[in-house]
Amino acid sequence: MAVKLLLEKAHVEGIRTYDVYRREGGYRAVEKALKSMSPEAIVEEVKKSGLRGRGGAGFPTGMKWSFIAKPEGVPRHLVCNADESEPGTFKDRYLMEFIPHLLIEGLIISSFALGSNATYIYIRGEYAWIPDILEQAIAEAKANGWLGKNILGTGFDCEIYVQRGAGAYICGEETALIESLEGKRGNPRIKPPFPAVKGVWDRPTVVNNVETLAAVVPIINLTGEEYAKIGVGRSTGTKLISACGNINKPGVYEIDMTISVEEFIYSDEYCGGIANGKRLKACIPGGSSVPILPANLLFKTAKGETRYMNYESLSDGGFATGSMMGSGGFIVLDEDQCVVKHTYTLARFYRHESCGQCSPCREGTGWMEKILKNIDTGKGKMSDIDLLWDIQRKIEGNTICPLGDAAAWPVAAAIRHFRDEFEWHVLNPEESQVRNFGLAHYADAREVVA
Amino acid sequence: MHRRFVASAARNKKTSHSAPGPCVKIIAMSELFKVTIDNITIEVPAGTTILQAARKIGGEVAPPAMCYYSKLKGSGGKCRTCLVEVSKGSEKDPRPMPKLVASCRTTVMDGMEVKNITSEKVIDARAGVVEFLLLNHPLDCPICDQAGECHLQDLSYEHGKEGTRFEFQKRTFHKHDLGPYIQLHMTRCILCYRCVFTADQLTNKRVHGVLSRGDHAEIATYIEKSLDNDFIGNVIDVCPVGALTDKTFRFKNRVWFTKPVDAHRDCDKCCGEVQLWMRGDEVFRVTARKDEWGEIKDSSKGSTGWICNECRFEKKFASDWTIEGPTQVNRHSVISQGHYVGLKKPNETFEKVMNGREPRLFMDIHSVSEVNKPEIQLSLIHGPAHSDDFKENNKD
Ligand SMILES: Cc1cc2nc3c(=O)[nH]c(=O)nc-3n(C[C@H](O)[C@H](O)[C@H](O)COP(=O)(O)O)c2cc1C
Ligand code: SF4
Ligand code: SF4
Ligand code: FES
Repeated sequence: MAVKLLLEKAHVEGIRTYDVYRREGGYRAVEKALKSMSPEAIVEEVKKSGLRGRGGAGFPTGMKWSFIAKPEGVPRHLVCNADESEPGTFKDRYLMEFIPHLLIEGLIISSFALGSNATYIYIRGEYAWIPDILEQAIAEAKANGWLGKNILGTGFDCEIYVQRGAGAYICGEETALIESLEGKRGNPRIKPPFPAVKGVWDRPTVVNNVETLAAVVPIINLTGEEYAKIGVGRSTGTKLISACGNINKPGVYEIDMTISVEEFIYSDEYCGGIANGKRLKACIPGGSSVPILPANLLFKTAKGETRYMNYESLSDGGFATGSMMGSGGFIVLDEDQCVVKHTYTLARFYRHESCGQCSPCREGTGWMEKILKNIDTGKGKMSDIDLLWDIQRKIEGNTICPLGDAAAWPVAAAIRHFRDEFEWHVLNPEESQVRNFGLAHYADAREVVA
Repeated sequence: MHRRFVASAARNKKTSHSAPGPCVKIIAMSELFKVTIDNITIEVPAGTTILQAARKIGGEVAPPAMCYYSKLKGSGGKCRTCLVEVSKGSEKDPRPMPKLVASCRTTVMDGMEVKNITSEKVIDARAGVVEFLLLNHPLDCPICDQAGECHLQDLSYEHGKEGTRFEFQKRTFHKHDLGPYIQLHMTRCILCYRCVFTADQLTNKRVHGVLSRGDHAEIATYIEKSLDNDFIGNVIDVCPVGALTDKTFRFKNRVWFTKPVDAHRDCDKCCGEVQLWMRGDEVFRVTARKDEWGEIKDSSKGSTGWICNECRFEKKFASDWTIEGPTQVNRHSVISQGHYVGLKKPNETFEKVMNGREPRLFMDIHSVSEVNKPEIQLSLIHGPAHSDDFKENNKD
């Protein structure tokens, strides 16, 4: 049985309430941190834990915290990124909905470590029912002396505010989030300056994902060193994976990052295999922005080694033959899924969500969507495939924020690995409207061996 | 990358109580950084952007800038036409930057080496950006008032490719009147945000901004409100394309048929220093005075020469103005006819600057032509160079 650090208690009856959460050992970490540790010691502990940001980029959290500027007399802020809008990703929702006090606890400790007296949770607008849950938890924490003035007699004051977004994916990008939090249009800022120097209202700010901040609780309870022993290499601790698509058991799973991708998909403890007895065609292992992998590259890397569910192994082979851990949105496609239609759907999403500030993303995403629609509906040309490749290449790396890259990568990966499916669509415009291309040679590595 | 977090200036605050002692070196803005752009090296004050440094060199070395506007705080970074390659970060940290950077928003480091037109990557990416910008642009130059002084025209000429690969219907919008003087035609807009910054920074009650997202984003005055502010007319001058135009001039004439003259009047609202666009004795249009980068110049009083609506829209008689004389025009204008001025001559040899690159004009007059007279300042020759220019005067 795998280690569970975040969701272990998530299904205890009544855990949403303060009393049950406290009875189950909640707020011990706050006690320990505020009473016996200095802010610097907490940052040090997080560094030792090897925790990497769970929002997508995987940047080491302790290091990020140590970058925060500390100019005299200027308030600093911690912002919790709960905008979770990446297609396929729904782990933060689960955490906030089932065990909200874990996040609040993590936020108090992190606020103390960073010196944030006003901490914000920026939550995506569509999660309409969750702010109430969070606000309830905040009120309970405050009533019990974990928030407010002079917490535990340490002289540290902290308030947590919940701010709802209005339903824009781009507001998950940390600087767009900051703009939106300030009440402005959610356009990403041009960096530098980074939020660590000039964030909310130009004050030093740290933005972290929900799961990242919740993970601070077990780090304090266990110590950073012990936390780092879980997992493997630079993938320490546990990771929440939201699994969806054509699998028997979609849901949110907490894994330690030593299990293989194959085990994750086929074991009954996790996804429980492909639904309806179908065969696996492809998978997007880390949310819609990361490259799609065909089955034959999913279980084994190009070098023939087993692929594991961790940062290093999922990205083994770079973009040529690998993918990314991303935000942990694990999307599985079976043999009946059409990669062209799938890519078109994603392109439509990115086109819709581009903020429109920079020309390559604003214009390029719309262009890609139009071409993909043509190919999908049997109106494509052979040259369109190369054109798509060229467009994504000209977006990638040339934009203000990573949304441009996120729009380019899925298209690039789909063409890289499934070019023959695109060509088949072009060559068989009528047939492609009535049947799917199927598996072709991307068969599940397990079946090839068998 | 996080090197840049370290703020250097604040530490050396000098107080009036400071005891006499060893002189503290104050890192002032006057510290000079050496930067090499396309093989030409110059020294610029710390804090200068790559784009500003390149503009000091001038000519082709200056990256095109469609959104950056030095007089507007916060502008730039959006259009991505000014992307350059930083092949050496600085003397201290020579690593190249992994991605192309927006030169208008990236400050120079000492010893930095930048490639603009000498970088294949830049040329390729820039052609991509031009293609993106033109994707939904109507290319209706023959009926557009901006033609002749449009930065997008220049950009596509200089950095774009022939033909289009876009086979879909273009995005179109209806024209809107923003009050009695200004017309907005969003179809031509490239969303550079310059007008938004202008409205924000020059007027007190901004009702001008961007609605919607992505490629359906549009410049709007919330619910068709007219723009009634004494300085709102300046949005026309900052607009790089024909999206915001002067209704008092629309379709009256082609800019290249009019002759720009500098003029002024006593105005209690603005500097009153303008350019009149005349044909014969008739004033067709009044604009602010612009520099060679298309930006509004500083007025004689030192601040940016924004002009008020009254000067711009209501003073259309030559008798309203004191005429100073013809405007010196340059670079990006069909009216320039080769009257380029202000080019900086590099200290490097021609060979070093070109570094194997083919010159745009396939003739190197410095080594091939018999008029090989390095002492002659080409930039001081008025109009297209003529052999006579090399014989006489011009021995500056
Ligand atoms: C378009 C876009 C959307 C993003 N959406 C989210 C999001 O919904 N939640 C999140 O935690 N991070 C999101 N990120 C990443 C954030 O910018 C930021 O890196 C993250 O919140 C940092 O937290 P971490 O270090 O804890 O991962 C997004 C980034 C981009 C470019
Ligand atoms: S990359 Fe896209 S989303 Fe990001 S700033 Fe540019 S236009 Fe906006
Ligand atoms: S209207 Fe003109 S100035 Fe305003 S954003 Fe569009 S192109 Fe830029
Ligand atoms: S001028 Fe630099 S990005 Fe537009």
